Amino acid sequence: MERKIERYCVPGTVEEAVEAIAGKDATLFAGGTDLMVQTRSGKRPFTPLLVNISRIAGLGGISTDGDRVRLGALATISGIRTSALLKEKAGVLTEAADSFAGDQVRNKATVGGNICNASPAGDMIVPLLLLDAEVELASTAGRRMLPLCNFFTGPGKTRRERNELLTAIYFPIPPVGFAAGFRKFGTRPAMDISIVSVGVAATRDDAGWKNVRAAFGAVAPTPIRGTRTEAAIEKGGTAGEIARIAESEVSPISDVRASAWYRKELIRTLTERLHHDVFET
Amino acid sequence: MSLKHEISFRLNGKPATLSVAAHNSTLELLREKLRLTGTKHGCGEGECGACTILVDGISVNACLMFAVDCDGREVTTIEGLRAEKGLSELQKAFVEEGAVQCGFCTPGMIAQATHLRNTCPGMNREEIRRGIEGNLCRCTGYKKIVDAISSSLEKRDS
Repeated sequence: MERKIERYCVPGTVEEAVEAIAGKDATLFAGGTDLMVQTRSGKRPFTPLLVNISRIAGLGGISTDGDRVRLGALATISGIRTSALLKEKAGVLTEAADSFAGDQVRNKATVGGNICNASPAGDMIVPLLLLDAEVELASTAGRRMLPLCNFFTGPGKTRRERNELLTAIYFPIPPVGFAAGFRKFGTRPAMDISIVSVGVAATRDDAGWKNVRAAFGAVAPTPIRGTRTEAAIEKGGTAGEIARIAESEVSPISDVRASAWYRKELIRTLTERLHHDVFET
Repeated sequence: MSLKHEISFRLNGKPATLSVAAHNSTLELLREKLRLTGTKHGCGEGECGACTILVDGISVNACLMFAVDCDGREVTTIEGLRAEKGLSELQKAFVEEGAVQCGFCTPGMIAQATHLRNTCPGMNREEIRRGIEGNLCRCTGYKKIVDAISSSLEKRDS
């Protein structure tokens, strides 16, 4: 099962990295926390070129950039969890980072890795969908931006081309009146892979809630936006009605962690609770 | 044979240069190549925390870290966590509070608790519990471990 690694490289800049992977079948890692488990279990064979992107200058950091927030691809989950900037501007990311794995994994795992690993249950993805995040991809041809909601194509699959490096995540600084919440359901507060996760967000103005976002994890082949749920919240439905719409627009599978029926029940219950916590208080 | 790569790093305060297979974990490097068996192999997938070490002062699971990524870093294992003279205050607290039973989780608990002591010295019991949620102990029920970490916070290593 194990394919031979023929070359290992540690680029110091984005330019060196994209040169190194151009035209190659490369495996990239930063924290390595997902890759190590996947290669060891045989789920994912190594490719001939192994690239450690964790030393690339300028690829980390959490900062504002004009009217946007920039998360460098190498920002760790611990970095997100303890960022004063994010706590103030986008506390839903702080909440999600706080329920992500355990301290040792959070200290090593990166937000870019969590996105590129493209797990349907990826815990940073749901809150980033609520924030209208975009990802920046670099290659020898230059850089391009892609909305996160269009980035995923299936479990472990994304629109990142083999010659591209995810360099950063950007999202608009949420406006005054923005409210958001995230709930992950597992059997422990953290550590567990999400059985389901739910997030909702919106901005309040005089007329009600606008720019409503709802997103769900672990109930479809990729993390998804719930557009019918969003419309129902914007129209001002009751929490019960909205929760039933949320339940009807997810299509979970049964697996070792939970049955499809149980996941739908959880989506309904968590959406109802979140609606109460975020929009009614 | 998989590709070998030469790395240089500091291990428990001393420089080390050696060659590792590119696919190896830091846990394999420590236990199998360097025979530092204080760091334990529990689950091998980041769930149990028995292999916790400090890298550049930050706690990580050695089983999830590529050994080649140790290059240029400062790695500290349980073998390097003792005080200059005997046990550290944290280790003494584990003994005094009876926080060790079978002992398998203890090296990882000490490494993680060292990280917690260094990064959030004012933490309360609940924060300690959250701080060790990546470390499994199948004997103690955690109470005595939390007691030990908590009581150690008032003491500084001389």
